[in-house]
Amino acid sequence: SVMSTYQEFIQQNEDRDGVRFSWNLWPSSRLEATRLVVPVSCLFTPLKERPSLPPVQYEPVLCSRANCKAVLNPLCQVDFRAKIWACNFCFQRNPFPPSYAGISEVNQPAELMPQFSTIEYIVQRGPSAPLIFLYVVDTCLEEEDLQALKESLQMSLSLLPPNALVGLITFGRMVQVHELTCEGIAKSYVFRGTKDLSAKQIQEMLGLTKPAAPGQQGHPVAPQEAAASCRFLQPVHRVDMNLTDLLGELQRDPWPVSQGKRPLRSTGVALSVAVGLLEGAFPNTGARVMLFIGGPPTQGPGMVVGDELKIPIRSWHDIQKDNARHLKKATKYYEALANRSAVNGHSIDIYACALDQTGLLEMKCLSNLTGGHIVMGDSFNTSLFKQTFQRVFSKDYNGDFRMAFGGVMEVKTSREVKVCGAIGPCVSLHSKGSSVSENEMGIGGTNQWKLCSLDHSTTLGVYFEVVNQHNAPVPQGGRGAIQFVTMYQHSNTQKRIRVTTIARNWADAQSQIQHIESSFDQEAAAVLMARLGVFRAESEEGPDVLRWLDRQLIRLCQKFGQFNKEDPTSFRLSESLSLYPQFMFHLRRSPFLQVFNNSPDESSYYRHHFVRQDLTQSLIMIQPILYSYSFHGPPEPVLLDSSSILPDRILLMDTFFQLVIYHGETIAQWRKAGYQEMPEYENFKQLLQAPLDDAQEILQTRFPMPRYIDTEHGGSQARFLLSKVNPSQTHNNLYAWGQETGAPILTDDVSLQVFMDHLKKLAVSSSS
Amino acid sequence: MSGPQPGMPGGFPGAPGALAGPPQKKLDPDSIPSITQVIEDDKARLGGQVFSTNIRGQVPPLVTTDFTVHDQGNASPRFIRCTTYSLPCTAELAKQCQVPLASIIKPFAKLPNNETPLYVVNHGETGPIRCNRCKAYMCPYMQFIDGGRRYQCSFCNCINEVPVFYFQHLDHMGRRVDFYERPELSLGSYEFDATLDYCKNNKPPNPPAYIFMIDVSYSNIKSGLVKLICDELKTLLEKLPREDGAEASAIKVGFVTYNKVLHFYNVKSALAQPQMMVVSDTAEMFVPLLDGFLVNYQDSRAVIYNLLDQIPDMFADTSESETVFAPVIQAGVEAFKAAECSGKLFIFHSSMPTAEAPGKLKNRDDRKLVSTDKEKTLFQPQKGVYEQLSKDCVAQGCCVDLFLFPSQYLDLATMADVPSHTGGSIHKYNNFQVETDGEHFLRDLRKDLQKSLGFDAVMRVRTSTGFRATDFFGAVYMNNTTDVEMAAVDCDKAVTVEFKHDDTLSEETGALIQCALLYTTIGGQRRLRIHNISLNCTSQLSEMYKCCETDSLINFFAKSAYRAILNQPVKNVSDILVNQTAHMLACYRKNCASPSAASQLILPDSMKVFPVYMNSLMKTAPLVGSTELSTDDRAHQRLSVMGMGVEDTQLQLYPRLIPLHDVDVSGEAVPAPVRCSEERLTDSGLFLLENGQSIFLWLGQASPPDLIQSLFNAPSLAHLQQGHMFTLPELDNPLSKKVRSIIGELLEKRPYSMKLQIVRQRDKPEMLFRQFLVEDKGLHGGTSYMDFLCYVHREIRQLLT
Repeated sequence: SVMSTYQEFIQQNEDRDGVRFSWNLWPSSRLEATRLVVPVSCLFTPLKERPSLPPVQYEPVLCSRANCKAVLNPLCQVDFRAKIWACNFCFQRNPFPPSYAGISEVNQPAELMPQFSTIEYIVQRGPSAPLIFLYVVDTCLEEEDLQALKESLQMSLSLLPPNALVGLITFGRMVQVHELTCEGIAKSYVFRGTKDLSAKQIQEMLGLTKPAAPGQQGHPVAPQEAAASCRFLQPVHRVDMNLTDLLGELQRDPWPVSQGKRPLRSTGVALSVAVGLLEGAFPNTGARVMLFIGGPPTQGPGMVVGDELKIPIRSWHDIQKDNARHLKKATKYYEALANRSAVNGHSIDIYACALDQTGLLEMKCLSNLTGGHIVMGDSFNTSLFKQTFQRVFSKDYNGDFRMAFGGVMEVKTSREVKVCGAIGPCVSLHSKGSSVSENEMGIGGTNQWKLCSLDHSTTLGVYFEVVNQHNAPVPQGGRGAIQFVTMYQHSNTQKRIRVTTIARNWADAQSQIQHIESSFDQEAAAVLMARLGVFRAESEEGPDVLRWLDRQLIRLCQKFGQFNKEDPTSFRLSESLSLYPQFMFHLRRSPFLQVFNNSPDESSYYRHHFVRQDLTQSLIMIQPILYSYSFHGPPEPVLLDSSSILPDRILLMDTFFQLVIYHGETIAQWRKAGYQEMPEYENFKQLLQAPLDDAQEILQTRFPMPRYIDTEHGGSQARFLLSKVNPSQTHNNLYAWGQETGAPILTDDVSLQVFMDHLKKLAVSSSS
Repeated sequence: MSGPQPGMPGGFPGAPGALAGPPQKKLDPDSIPSITQVIEDDKARLGGQVFSTNIRGQVPPLVTTDFTVHDQGNASPRFIRCTTYSLPCTAELAKQCQVPLASIIKPFAKLPNNETPLYVVNHGETGPIRCNRCKAYMCPYMQFIDGGRRYQCSFCNCINEVPVFYFQHLDHMGRRVDFYERPELSLGSYEFDATLDYCKNNKPPNPPAYIFMIDVSYSNIKSGLVKLICDELKTLLEKLPREDGAEASAIKVGFVTYNKVLHFYNVKSALAQPQMMVVSDTAEMFVPLLDGFLVNYQDSRAVIYNLLDQIPDMFADTSESETVFAPVIQAGVEAFKAAECSGKLFIFHSSMPTAEAPGKLKNRDDRKLVSTDKEKTLFQPQKGVYEQLSKDCVAQGCCVDLFLFPSQYLDLATMADVPSHTGGSIHKYNNFQVETDGEHFLRDLRKDLQKSLGFDAVMRVRTSTGFRATDFFGAVYMNNTTDVEMAAVDCDKAVTVEFKHDDTLSEETGALIQCALLYTTIGGQRRLRIHNISLNCTSQLSEMYKCCETDSLINFFAKSAYRAILNQPVKNVSDILVNQTAHMLACYRKNCASPSAASQLILPDSMKVFPVYMNSLMKTAPLVGSTELSTDDRAHQRLSVMGMGVEDTQLQLYPRLIPLHDVDVSGEAVPAPVRCSEERLTDSGLFLLENGQSIFLWLGQASPPDLIQSLFNAPSLAHLQQGHMFTLPELDNPLSKKVRSIIGELLEKRPYSMKLQIVRQRDKPEMLFRQFLVEDKGLHGGTSYMDFLCYVHREIRQLLT
């Protein structure tokens, strides 16, 4: 069938190029494109792991037209005789460089072969700089937490590349920058936690700049030779003993905290010092600032809550009532830091472990704009933190760290297409080329984005606009093409350029609407629309975002549904769109758009991960996966529905953030009775073990490590499952069902059935 | 300082040889009053005797006389001396004679071993018993009446109830029967335990702390000073002062080094290595650590040793020459604030603070201002940062002791502003070199560190009705007109208090003074130290003159003149001094002396050497307008004198000149000093000159070779090298031992160390020596004693006609 063909096509493309498009046939005019509701857009994983793609060790060949500079690719027309190639984006005819003198039909360079639509170049650009890891550690922690964190940090030294530079900043009431080269006396520079300092002041105070010579006042200060800055950032192999001792001797912040107060935590100044230090010492070099916090910033710039315990940290309620005193100021402060950091290509991770909120809402931009990680846990003394943190330093099949730095992604389009924007862990580089659309979606107005840090799964949503006019002919047999050029610093410090060139056929939406419909990738579309929704949710009121999503869904159903006017029962959707409304149903209920029952920090955390994961993970987040285990057969995926909750089943739910193992009522009773211990019930023991093993497999690979929840019928933690399943049976309709299967959910939320009924009604209504 | 009286003739010309009138007949120098003679006479009369303080208005022996005090109801003269012990009864009388009425109070004066230390009285939870109205403390002058149930305050005459617990019956004399058991009823000086009401925030104080703040900029490293300090501290810290009977000192210690940034050290005993914390934010100074900065030396000895060993090496390669200063003091204040204690900063500093920071200074050493109306600006500190800093220091009980090692001008007037308001000392070592100045500096440091002292002090001087304290001079801070605040006060610091009449004083009841000093002991106890003294009152000027004390008078004049030059041209101040001298003496002549020829100079017996001192005072660096004198030295001397007691000013203004060439090497005695005049020197003589600040060994050009051999192990004067000029070799012969022991004793006795300078007659450095021959014409201006006396005589004669 057409569908299976397309599914194979989509899979192939994803495997080869890390690309999933919402539409795999593109409507040939602007007007038709807008009528499709879901924009032409794609999820793109720039550094998708490709074991079969050995990088080539030469420079890419570029189109000679100054405002094009597209990279030679398999779509280019090549005249082997004349040794000339035509750019498929601007049609410029380019001679091959002298080194290509030997090419012929049988002797083609890799970048011309169709299977190398994605190709990676290793290039020589300036001296290679070592990776930099700057630990910024909160010392206002409970003793046990601090001890656990110290051990994790000490352990991490053995995971760093030996030539990586490492630095340590600790903070509590004051901020201390530790010098790592000292023999004998341990030396640190101390900053007041309440004073906002400029980068220049920080660099001067750290002795990173030479004062202007007398009589030359006002003359810009020259950065001192690397040696000076290196006092704070030293190769791991040289200082690991020193640093291990230093970490070992770290004490809790010694300043007294009186009853009814929070410790004074100078997170804002600590970050400012970290950013200022790197900015002065290592601009435009790959670096990770790793911030470890056990509570909210309570003083100085970037303060999120005061030190009076009787005044709680802001909630969604406070924010909606415009009652969050520090929110705007703190957010602005961290945004400014994040932008400075992004300019220099330094990324900031936040590892927040506390039972209460730590200010992620205000600080999220630090990671979101710089491609840093956010990890949220209850304590540093949990395997969730410890293993997640270790996983930051995990390695790929080559033994290289799964992290890259200083990425710059550029998008080139053929003339009929322009780029509207991107959504993901990136910032705009404000590069306005001819392929940039006026119509912004996500971070727009540019065709270049910076990704200070990225890994193999970092995925951007990229949105396009077809600009071909309605009356202009479809380019005959032509295909629309897009080229992604991603420059980055590999973790082995090589500079690399990965080039992905894709093309899709044009289709006339009037005559070929079925073709276009069957080219719809509903999974990709759901994630891409969800990203737009989440992006909007950062600046708009929740209900407005939901209304927008609903309207888009209704329009899509009106466009592609088969129905008789005003007859909801006649409504049908084709196979390629059939799951899409369900994704939207779950998305509406997801923590990415619903703030009820989540703290502002949690919402920020969930959204942070949603806008950077690849398609598979994103779908899990939208619609969690539910597996059922029973004696009736092998484990099977079941509907995310209350009807799946049965007494003789064990359920395993993966929401990406949580792994919930739920034991049905009967199973729970058996387990309590200890049947699994008896030899004659070995099979029960195995049944209990099966979901644990499966969960283990997920826990092994996921970043960040999910929260692991083992619960049962009636257990308080069962709420994690009950809040996710479609409430097909609630206390409201239980008796109407008249059957004893499934578990009723105490909720007034609408079920998928009600949602669909309503959707059909609206889709077929001529008034909506 | 009072202004010239109306109708007084013109000023004293000041310049040498400018005396008007016909040349005087050459007088015999021996015929004019001699200080050495007065001192010797007093010694002969009262030396070695007991001075009992049971008599009101009794004039004590001179400060130069050794005697034993027996406290019998009035404070020992070691604690309080007065310009006169018999006050004129009326303001008119006081105005007529122009003799200043003042007390010089040295609340922590050292007592010799044979005198009893002050008793500590505890009046229980309600605190010391005080008069309800004037708040005077219970003292021997309170009159118990009504069978002992009430007492009348002798300061304000208020009648107070005796608290039940304090009740005692009276004997037939009207005295309480427990009179002799209670120090506060029978003694002039004693202490009270203070209750929480007397403590900051009603919390008992923490023991004080000492912070050593070492400038580690290039010059201090290069001169070897930093190493010298660090090495010395290792042994010196064992000798921190402690409470009597305490096993160890309660004083905590902390360490800071700095150039244009500050380095704090964590020396917590639990650490294997000290930790350094750098604070570069000098604009808003703060203390980066709490725990481990101020520590008990005994506990942290190993870590501190480690630190002191490392400091010189850590900065060995420094090229930093810029320093900050105000932030250093600020850091100390902040540290004490954080630790909730008082204490002392020992700052070892080399240069003018020119680094960008609060309190940055500029060179304003303009000698063209000398002898102009703007000369005063040379003595005035820069306002602003330092003014506020003094306030902060005093509020926190932070005393600043400053050790300066300048190679050029550093605006001492400003840099020493904080020390001079916080009871601190200022030491200055020009062009410091370890070989020649090291020992001298270390002696000062040792003395300073081991001194007994009180912290966070407030002094209040109460008087009986009819007069009151109106002005205070000292290394103190005054926030209002009555409370004398001192961040710390040590055994050498004295406050001079001037009194004025309010009303007529009664000859019968006399005049009472009670000085109460609230302070924190080195062990962290809050105490009140009370000194009481009762003076006579008289309507007879002759009686008043009889009871004057020249040494105290000159202390007052020195301090008031040195303060006056902050606000008036130096010339005006000198004029006032001369006029007042003439006036005081003329008044005596007119009212008290028996009739005699007008040409005869008649001086009151108690003041007969007053003109010598006055002339010497006017020749001191601050008051003599010479562009050859260093501005910093003048400022230094001015500030040093402000905190001095009577003994120190006496010595400063009339140095001891001790002939050594015919010393009895076998005896205990030190040869009697001779008058400070070149005429007293002999070419074949050896003289020691000492004034508490400087010490010289003068070698006559015809010194006998055997003396030179004995002292220097050199065949003759000509063989002495420059290198010999600062130390006496330790030679095993009686003369060498005797001379070194005399010098050693002097160095031991004086509050400051002195650098021995050995000068040969007619060598260039002899000039330095000669400026201390105060009876001669001044090197930088100022007349000889003889000429001054003649001039004063003429002025007196003019006044009398």
